Amino acid sequence: MSEKRFITVDGNEAAAYTAYRYSEVIAIYPITPSSPMGEFSDEWASKGIKNIWGSIPTVYEMQSEGGAAGAVHGALQAGALTTTFTASQGLLLKIPNMYKIAGELTPTVFNISARTLSTHALSIFGDHSDINAARQTGFALLASSTVQEIMDMGAIAWSATLRSRIPFLHFFDGFRTSHEVQKIEVLPDDVLSQMVDYELVKAHKDRALSPDHPVLRGTAQNPDVFFQNRETMNKYYDDCPDIVQEEMDKFARLTGRQYHLFDYVGDPNAENVIVIMASGADVSRDTVEYLNKNLGKKVGVLQVHLYRPFSIKHFIAALPKTTKKIAVLDRTKEPGATGEPLYLDVVSAVYEAMQDGTAPFEKIPNIIGGRYGLSSKEFTPSMVKSIFDNLENSKPKKHFTTGINDDVNFTSLDFDPTFNIEPDSVFRGLFYGLGSDGTVGANKNSIKIIGDNTDYYCQGYFEYDSKKSGSITISHLRFGPDLIRAPYKITHAKFLACHQTIFLEKYDLIKNLVKGGVFLLNTPFPKDEVWNSLPKSQQKQIIDKKIKVYAIDAQKVAEESGMGRRINTIMQTCFFAISGVLPGDQAIEEIKKSIRKTYGKKGENVVKMNLDAVDNTLANLYVVPVPEQVTSEWDTFPAVSPKAPEFVKYVEGEIIAGRGDELPVSAFPIDGTWPTGTAQYEKRNIALEIPVWDESICIQCGKCALVCPHASIRIKVYGQNILENAPPTFKSMPSKDYKGEIYSIQIAPEDCTGCKVCVESCPVVDKKNPKHKALDMNPQIPLREQEKVNWDFFLTIPEKDRSTIQNTNIRQQQIQQPLFEFSGACAGCGETPYVKLVSQMFGDRTVIANATGCSSIYGANLPTTPWTINKNGKGPAWNNSLFEDNAEFGLGMRLAIDKQEEIARNLLSKLGSAIGGDLVNQLLNSNQKSEEEIASQRQRVEILKSKLKEINTVDAKRLLDVADYLVRKSVWIIGGDGWAYDIGYGGLDHVIASGKNVNILVLDTEVYSNTGGQMSKSSPIGSIAKFAASGKPTPKKDLGMMAMAYSNAYVASVAFGSNDAQTLKAFAEAEAYDGPSIIIAYSHCIAHGIDMEHPLSVQKALVDSGQWILYRYNPNNKLVGKNPLTLDSKAPKIPVAQYLDQETRYKMLSKINPAGYKKFYEEAQEFVNDRYKYYSYLAQRDFSDFVKQTDGNVRTIEGVN
Amino acid sequence: MNIKAKYLGYELQSPFVLSASPISQDIDKLVKLSDLGIGAIVLHSLFEEQLIDEELELEYHLTHGTESFSEAQSFFPNYDDYRMAPEEYLELIQKAKQRTNVPIIGSLNGTSIGGWIDYAIKMEEAGADAIELNIYNIPTDFGLHADEIEDAYVHIFQQVKSKLHIPVAAKLSPYFTNFANFAKRLDYVGANSLVLFNRFYQPDINVDTLEVEPKVTLSNSSDNRIALRWIAIMKGRINLDLAATGGILTAKDAIKMLLAGANVTMMFAAFARNGLDYMKTLIADLHQWMEEKEYSSVEEFIGVMSQKNVPNPSAYERAQYMKALNEYKLNF
Repeated sequence: MSEKRFITVDGNEAAAYTAYRYSEVIAIYPITPSSPMGEFSDEWASKGIKNIWGSIPTVYEMQSEGGAAGAVHGALQAGALTTTFTASQGLLLKIPNMYKIAGELTPTVFNISARTLSTHALSIFGDHSDINAARQTGFALLASSTVQEIMDMGAIAWSATLRSRIPFLHFFDGFRTSHEVQKIEVLPDDVLSQMVDYELVKAHKDRALSPDHPVLRGTAQNPDVFFQNRETMNKYYDDCPDIVQEEMDKFARLTGRQYHLFDYVGDPNAENVIVIMASGADVSRDTVEYLNKNLGKKVGVLQVHLYRPFSIKHFIAALPKTTKKIAVLDRTKEPGATGEPLYLDVVSAVYEAMQDGTAPFEKIPNIIGGRYGLSSKEFTPSMVKSIFDNLENSKPKKHFTTGINDDVNFTSLDFDPTFNIEPDSVFRGLFYGLGSDGTVGANKNSIKIIGDNTDYYCQGYFEYDSKKSGSITISHLRFGPDLIRAPYKITHAKFLACHQTIFLEKYDLIKNLVKGGVFLLNTPFPKDEVWNSLPKSQQKQIIDKKIKVYAIDAQKVAEESGMGRRINTIMQTCFFAISGVLPGDQAIEEIKKSIRKTYGKKGENVVKMNLDAVDNTLANLYVVPVPEQVTSEWDTFPAVSPKAPEFVKYVEGEIIAGRGDELPVSAFPIDGTWPTGTAQYEKRNIALEIPVWDESICIQCGKCALVCPHASIRIKVYGQNILENAPPTFKSMPSKDYKGEIYSIQIAPEDCTGCKVCVESCPVVDKKNPKHKALDMNPQIPLREQEKVNWDFFLTIPEKDRSTIQNTNIRQQQIQQPLFEFSGACAGCGETPYVKLVSQMFGDRTVIANATGCSSIYGANLPTTPWTINKNGKGPAWNNSLFEDNAEFGLGMRLAIDKQEEIARNLLSKLGSAIGGDLVNQLLNSNQKSEEEIASQRQRVEILKSKLKEINTVDAKRLLDVADYLVRKSVWIIGGDGWAYDIGYGGLDHVIASGKNVNILVLDTEVYSNTGGQMSKSSPIGSIAKFAASGKPTPKKDLGMMAMAYSNAYVASVAFGSNDAQTLKAFAEAEAYDGPSIIIAYSHCIAHGIDMEHPLSVQKALVDSGQWILYRYNPNNKLVGKNPLTLDSKAPKIPVAQYLDQETRYKMLSKINPAGYKKFYEEAQEFVNDRYKYYSYLAQRDFSDFVKQTDGNVRTIEGVN
Repeated sequence: MNIKAKYLGYELQSPFVLSASPISQDIDKLVKLSDLGIGAIVLHSLFEEQLIDEELELEYHLTHGTESFSEAQSFFPNYDDYRMAPEEYLELIQKAKQRTNVPIIGSLNGTSIGGWIDYAIKMEEAGADAIELNIYNIPTDFGLHADEIEDAYVHIFQQVKSKLHIPVAAKLSPYFTNFANFAKRLDYVGANSLVLFNRFYQPDINVDTLEVEPKVTLSNSSDNRIALRWIAIMKGRINLDLAATGGILTAKDAIKMLLAGANVTMMFAAFARNGLDYMKTLIADLHQWMEEKEYSSVEEFIGVMSQKNVPNPSAYERAQYMKALNEYKLNF
């Protein structure tokens, strides 16, 4: 046996490690939470790391999971040891190929970080709905419950697949295990090699398709033979369980770690047993041991490792003979079934064994099934206990749920949340941080330090909220002398760190601390004011629980050490200094060692900065004396305003307050419907600074409102009389465009993220003081109360009549009310200004199909919703179907709307005389292009409705139901480049070709932003992205040109930071075009590594260099003899390198691939030059003959000039 | 005819030296210049301040927004190593040494004493034949006395010099109250050469945007007069080499500097304007002039027009300026 080597890794890395070591070809595609497995593989390949066969695996990104499965199938058929990674919808897309791979008895291992399937909602978190959807494919299913098991089972799966020829799906719980960090023993290469018999590899290769020994597979078979042929492989499935057990035994001989197909833990004479798989089994094991030892119970748990093929023989043998009751726990829901899948397996296994006489039980056990842990719902020892308590009942509740309060169907079991089984020897630390402050990174680093320097076992789990800006992170760290099996969050912490004081305003943190625990606070308050800065309820708990309080002004230390807002090293140093996990001096030395190791590659100055921070920390950390009495005069704030609607207060408010787990089933809508317009109640107050308007120099250009990613800077124009009730500090000025009226710009102080893009956009410089613009940033806290009052007043000002707004120029168009506001997008997001623009221009008559990605997450991730309504209750209706089908989804909406309109028009004609000829005629034939015309049609529809109510016929009632469709509806299909260029391109292409009137908005960030910046076909040549670690070798796909090839589609390429007027024009034209329109909208992104406070200057350089070109292709132009293509970009005026060097995704090439840097920059310039020449040529073509070639009549088309 | 020159203890194939400039970022261009007869190469300056900024910027962008959101815990691949600017620079020294046959001089602009010393040592270790210290900052502290600034410069030089085994040159600006005195102080602490003078990129104001913008202009021949004067004054009175830089665009400009007393002349704008092949013209023109004047070697005419050697030494002093101004007025 080799010398043991321990590493501290998460589940994904452990899975990727084994998969990489065995594979020759790895086909990948990003999907949460499995993306890191592909990323690790790609990184290792780019670093030249070899597999156990001595070659560097070929890691290849495909356009979808379906594509990856196809590539895997092909690679397997051609003889390569091949793997892939995925989860959730990705696994569903692989299913067709999985049947083929299994049907051809092809060895492979897929690693799956099991994740919830989208149903009434999407969830990125973990459960077994995905792997259960694949259980019928013929793949073997092998479950792991810990990070160590993931590495181990990965090897067992490979050895078993090669022996059995059954392909394996190796799964573990998404996030809970895939992202849990643990200290584990690495499998050395010699163990990996010994696990696999090379003869079996050779056999796999010998079966490969080769012209040197040709065979044919994939025949089409007929009723006469298919059935028999399908039955030929039964033996392989029958043999598989024994093979897996033999491989587990071999593994045990090599490593000392013994696994079984079904591992039983508990009293050998237990009567009540839980059957469960993956991480839930770990919770159950610890709880069973605790219950047996401390509460005198005789219970057990059977952990399922090999779920398919399900071996009845091994299952029955693993259960105690004394078993009387079995609770089978499924982490999935199968509505309409007689039970969930594992439950049904157990029922049939026990029944069959009893029938066959092979079961050892006195009588057939009572088997009940229950659901737990959907979408990573916590599964705790308390819940396990509740299940055993249920089993103890004479009539246990069947088809129960645990972990929730089901007050509708009454399925849930009660549990005691204070029940705690964790031994005192385990150190438990909770850390509340902001995403931007580096807390999670520091904690991951602390785990490595402790793991590397002690014999302690370590565990880290990290929670993030659903926002991309100002997000809260909670780190759960455990250390202890014994193996840690606690895949659930910490609720009884010995140490709790609050890295930002704002959390004290919102959350009851101290409730999570045990008596005598330690509380560490980062606070800007001076030492003698810290105690009183704590809310009353927290003070009381600190006193009652005798908590020791430490504090530091980490922000000040960070700034003095040159760290900016990152307080990671400082808070990490505090943790080590006071937690006592390591001896003080050793801890500090290890932190410094770790800093040198972590940051050394990024330069000595970064190292020095962090080392300075460590030293400065120790000098600034102090103990806060705790008095005997509560002295504070304030308490934590309610999560939302008491004025908010009931649903917001009692459902969303509870989620915001961190109490979503406690909401009962009855609180929720039944079909996924969720109210819009609720983000306005979630006052996040995340901006350190907010813009302040100087009306004395403002030129009313409207650019600030246009670029604001969160709609938190607004413009209104209104009558003078409104000001009579204005608060004293409310600002206004005479409107330049609307004579006699008043103009105001107002900031939503609690919704602004402080991104500063509005300030960048402001073109006004004070002539007397060039430092000053019409918008300057100022600290938020001193302004908060004043501006809250101003904002509330601003909201009461009536919106301007849309028909009086010229929406072809930004200064007026920006007066239109945004119906997309305060989303959770990144501060400075480059996508949301476009989304908001759609909501302003067309929102009150728009239906949106939104592809999965950033825009679906900031568009609809709970707790609140940014899509909102106007005063008439009109606003965008929105849905997200999937990632891959969005264009089709939107087309379906168009077809339905057109059909409803058609029905309405037919009924209208039919009812003509009853309604009145003039009205019918106007309703059927009036133009609906301008806002004024649309407003008139709305009025006509209202008149129609009132008339219809008077007509008592079936047709009149039917027309009343569909009358609103007589107002023109706009369908928008929105998504990112991952959707449009890659996974959804087939559908997109079809929809463009359809000729239907849909508007496609591609938010082009040139990477898969939402999953962390993986390369898409939109990524430009030379750009660094995940899966393109050495720079993307091929140029960006020209989606616009492909769309133009259809010649019937309106196509535009825009970049608002470079030319906002052109953007506006394109949106108006696209919507007006009666056919498919596609706008490819450049969206700067945090994944580009740019200065997010100045993204507009980057966009300007982008277009000035020709890297992005602006154009509009309007097929209608041809009808008036004009060239359809208008090139709005001038010839490149700066070298492309001047733009590229402004973004880390390009510039970093010089740091990691200097030769590539030079080569790619040259190629990028060449590409830009060629493309501009080609577009110039296309834009200059003469189309005057086109009219003659058609019917010879030159026409006038409205909107074309 | 011998056009070889001597500088910093090395024999150079010509008195034309590439001054610190962006040209040196391209190793192929250095090889070409070396092949065409350049005497030595001063690599572009390594700015410590820029290095710090670059490192911090990379760190910022690689960490900004990470570990904040469950689906995107990072945005870039993880690399084991980054080739940061110092490594790039040191690699450039190594490559230049391998691929050219001329002395390679590293150029350094530090901000801290530790930085000056560390980077200078690394350059020496990487194989630099000499180091040029580009000592320059804009003192904007009203309380800072001129003596303190000069003392700090001398201290830096002394510290660096004491740690290195290779020659060290000082590239200076002319903005000293008594330049001669300051030059002498550097001579005293062991400088091997003075490079006269540094040209700074001066700011400009954009009257449309009301923004201050850096203005980069290439030098003209008229820019070389101040160096010419001081080289002529220094020659023979100070115990170190002199290199002329700034406004040397033609062989004639270079010859003037050599006549004034420069050991070598440093050029960049000439190549930026005319291309690298201009090196051939420079050499041909030098040959032609030497032929006309019947000089057999460059060494022969270096300093023949220094203040010490000219019949009218006061021509280099202030009175001459008054005279020139008067002549200028007369020409109106």
